[in-house]
Order: sequence, then structure tokens, then C-alpha cells
Amino acid sequence: MRLNDRNLLAMGALVRYPLRTLMMLTATAMGVAAVVVLTSLGEAARSYVAAEFQSLGTHLVIVIPGRSETSGGGLGMMIGQTPRDLTLADAQALLRSSAVKKIAPMMVGSASVSYDGLERESPILGSTPELLDVRQWSMALGEFLPNVDMERAASVCVIGETVRRELLRDQPPIGKWIRVGDRRCRVTGVLGNAGRSVMVDVDEIVVIPVVSAQALFNSPSLFRILIQAKSREAMATAQRDVRRIIKERHQGEEDVTVITQDAVLATFDGIFSALTYAVGGIGAISLIVAGVLIMNVMLIAVSQRTREIGLLKALGARQRQITALFLTEAVFLAAMGAVVGVALGYLASIGLGLIYTDLEFQPPLWAVGSAVLIALACGVIFGISPARRAAKLDPIKALAGK
Amino acid sequence: MIRLDHLNRYFQVGDQQVHALEDVTLTIDSGESVSIMGPSGSGKSTLLNILGLLDTPSSGEYWLDGVNTSGMDNNELATTRQSRIGFIFQSFHLVPRMTAFENVELPMMLAEMDKEQRRERGLQALDRVGLIGRVDHRPDQLSGGERQRVAIARAIVMQPRILLADEPTGNLDTAAGKEIVGIIEELNAQGLTLIVVTHDPKIGERAGRKLRLLDGKIVTNRNSSASLP
Repeated sequence: MRLNDRNLLAMGALVRYPLRTLMMLTATAMGVAAVVVLTSLGEAARSYVAAEFQSLGTHLVIVIPGRSETSGGGLGMMIGQTPRDLTLADAQALLRSSAVKKIAPMMVGSASVSYDGLERESPILGSTPELLDVRQWSMALGEFLPNVDMERAASVCVIGETVRRELLRDQPPIGKWIRVGDRRCRVTGVLGNAGRSVMVDVDEIVVIPVVSAQALFNSPSLFRILIQAKSREAMATAQRDVRRIIKERHQGEEDVTVITQDAVLATFDGIFSALTYAVGGIGAISLIVAGVLIMNVMLIAVSQRTREIGLLKALGARQRQITALFLTEAVFLAAMGAVVGVALGYLASIGLGLIYTDLEFQPPLWAVGSAVLIALACGVIFGISPARRAAKLDPIKALAGK
Repeated sequence: MIRLDHLNRYFQVGDQQVHALEDVTLTIDSGESVSIMGPSGSGKSTLLNILGLLDTPSSGEYWLDGVNTSGMDNNELATTRQSRIGFIFQSFHLVPRMTAFENVELPMMLAEMDKEQRRERGLQALDRVGLIGRVDHRPDQLSGGERQRVAIARAIVMQPRILLADEPTGNLDTAAGKEIVGIIEELNAQGLTLIVVTHDPKIGERAGRKLRLLDGKIVTNRNSSASLP
């Protein structure tokens, strides 16, 4: 039989049994749509996290106290050793590396912040003027920390938008003296539009000079040292230099963890890619379920059309022709289901994009492609057994409808 | 043209063996009109199925146009059916979703004829059975007699040598039945070999040769010229 004729015959049969066609179409479409939506969800999450890490700053290298061991619990932990503190002197020493452009030591804690009888608990960030650049924050109002020696404690602070709104209300914030913990400081500026950034909600925080924070929390130990490398290429050198310098200063012990933004990003990227594959796989399983449904419904179709098959045989149809005819039907169903499913998937992605405006839903092409391919393969694989059954029917019994 | 040589057909029903055809030897010449009669279970249908290559004998030989069909595989049987044998059934066996023309077109599609040829031959066949005005009607828009005429057009469209009819008037009223008999007799007069299985003696008696089966055996094989005008 010619391909064109076969397609016509198959289409005719599909149109003739609309309920059956619709059922199988829906099953396949749901499977394909599931793959498309789930993977676009995974991709959206992945690119969201990637963007978040980009907002961390450029060419960022982060020094964290304590060695992160890849094997066991670490000898140090077992014999009760604690890592040496990271100090301001350590931070300053890092500037010796030619690959390092800027450093920003960070202390983190929490304290009550009050003004004129209003009080709230806020995360307190102790740092230096360089932080603004390193984290690529901006100011909404006034100035960031004054550019003085990092060892000097100045009674100044910079506040986030929420803090300003809740404590100072409508008053002009610059120059107001607020109380942070047990000390008073003058507001020099309000942090700008950075909004949420990885690790901190900028609107909620109060930034004070790092020395003030050390005094406030009564500890010399830094939480992090953020380093901006001179260029992307310099990041590896910076990382190496940082390790060497800290090791020198810590009596030969490499007791810090140095991570680069890229490495963190790569890790998250890997996690979210795996996640995307996983949810895509779950969607693919639903496609295979759809395939099983195709098989069952095709088997019913074969028994419904037994007499027609008998007739075709009497008219001289070869087994191969009958197999091809029913297989074509199954593949058509799968193909139509795939098209509808891709359309539904894209629609759902657009819908999700309207609900979760932070995320960008763009179904990945590889997922769309493989969903369609799997749907077609299901049509063939699960269509072949009913088609062969049809082809093998005994013509006399089939004509009698048995 | 058709030669059956000591043909036997057994069926296994449960643990019992049924002898549906027993030592049938028969020759039918080109252009003959043959009726096969006999009570239910006498083997009429089995004989017709074997003649139509839908069934194969358990032993014995069936020669069609000088070819021994027992050596044929499924595909060869299908091809031979397609080109040499036309079927007419009691229940018409039209595909309900297709128009009259599409039903007639079906065997030509299976034979991979091109579209123009199919159009030409299909319309010609429908014209021969007097249905040229009903080409685009579906079976449910046609009367019983018209449906059977579509089936006849479908049976002859491949220009076979043999027309096998299984109770062709069984589902029709008298008037329509007469019409159908008229059409197939006319086809026979034009040279088509006609083999009709029937219960109806009025139709059976019209055939040039009457076969009577009983318990799988041919008990009567009688020529007459009664049906010829």
C-alpha cells in the first residue's frame, strides 16, 4: 500500500472513533506536557540560582574559616581541634597577592536596633567600605561606610530599606543616631535596590564597620573574607595565593576553605541539572504509561475491527500491510498527542511564568525533543503488538467477527 | 481453470476431528456458473473458503489456473486472492466509515494502484452495478440492495477471473435479491466464473451447474441449461 493511502486510511479510522482517539491523545499529551513543564521548572530553578550567584559579585573568591574535609569527619574534629580564627590581620595580609584587587572582611551577628522607642532585631554585618563594590550593592541614599582605616571603629552605620522604614518612618534618615546593641551610631546611608541577595536580605540588615562589630559581638573571629580578584583569569591565582598566605600565617596549617563563585555556581548547576533530568525522567515514565494505554486501546480497536481486518485479508491485504496500517494509527496518535502535549507544556510554562514572575520558564529544547521522540517510540513499540495481532488473524474467523 | 484433486479438510473441535470436506474432486471451467447447495454443516462454506484461498486443504491439491496453490505462502495467497478472486458476502462487509467509492477503492489501494487509475476503474465498476449516482454515499445511506451492489463493484474492480458469492441474497428482500442475482448473472454472461453458495433453491437452480454437498461429500454434480435464457 502506498504511504499516502495508508495515512489516509489510518486517519479515517482515527476520525471514525473520536472517543478512543481523544482518550489516547489525552494520555500522550499529558505525558509530553509533563516532561515539558517539569523540565522547564527545573531549568527555571537552575537559571534563577545561577542569576542569584551572579548577583553575589564578580570575580568573587570567598574565604571561610575551617577546612572542609572531603574524607571522613576530619582528624582535627576527632582530636578536638578547632580551626584557627580568621582575623582582620589575616584579611589585610591577603592584599599582598597581586591577583587580589579588593578584600572585604565580614562579621555577621544579630542585635537589637532601636530609635526613639522603636526597636527591632536585625542581622548585623560588620565590614569595610570595599564591601559595597565587592558585593555590587548600591546606595539608595547617602554614603556607605567611610573610607578609613579598617582597624578604626567609627560610630557610623548603613541601614537597609526595611530597617529605615520601621525605625525612622518618614524622618530623613541621614545623620540620625540609632542604637545598635549597646552602642550608638550615626546613619550615613540607606542601602539600595539590591533587594534579596544570596545569603542576606539586604533590606533587613544594618552594616557597621568591622571593628565595631568585633567589639559588639566581643570576638575577633571573622565570618568570611570576600575577595574580588583582578580578573576572571586571576581567580585561580588568587585562590592559590590566599591558601598560601593563610597557611604561612597559621603555622603551616591550611585551615581555611577557599571557594570561588564559579565553583559554587558549578555545584548548584550540577545539582539543578540532575534535578531537571530527574523530573524529566518522571515525566518520561508517565509517557510510557501512556504508551501502555495506547497498546490496550489499540488491542481493543483490533478486536472491534476484526471483521474489517478479515475483509482486508479477503481483498488481498498482506500481513505486512495490515501491520503497517495499525502501526500507522498508533504512531499518528502518538504524534498528535506529542504535538498537543508540547503546546500544552508551553502554555503551562507561560502560565507558571505569570504566577512566579521571579522565574523564567523556558522549556529546554532537549527535553521537548526527547519527549516527542519518546512519545513516537512509545507509539511504535506499544503499537506493534496489537498491529501484529491484527495481521495474524485468521481471515475466515475474522470475517465472521470471531 | 479450477481443479480440486482428492481434497480433504479436517477440523479439530475439542478432542473430536470433524471431516468438513471428504475426498472432493472437482473441475470448474472458465466462465461456468456453479451453485453449491446443501444443509448447514455440509461443508459448503469450507469449500468456498478453500476456493477463495482463505483456507487451505488438509490434504489433496487445489490447482488454480494451472498453479498448485498448496505451495503458496501467505503473501502469495494474498496476491492471488487480490488479482484473481472477487468475494461477495451475505453481510456485505462494507467499511462503514467509507463512501461507496472508497469501499470500491480499497482493493486497488492494497494493490498499490495509482490514484487516476483507481478513480477510473472504481467509477467504472460502480457504473456496472448501476450505482454511479451513489458514489459518495456511505453504507448507512444506502439500501441493502445498494450495499450489496457496492460489494459487487468492489469484488469486480480488480477484474478477477472468479466471483465467489456466499449467500449473496441472504440479507435482502425478494426484490433486491432478484436485482443482485440479475447483476451477477450478467457478470457471468460476460465471462466471469461464478460460484455461489446458497440455501435458496430458486437461486441455486438458476446456475449452470449444481453441486450438492452432504457431510463434506459432493452428492450431486449436475449440469443443466435451465438458467440460460
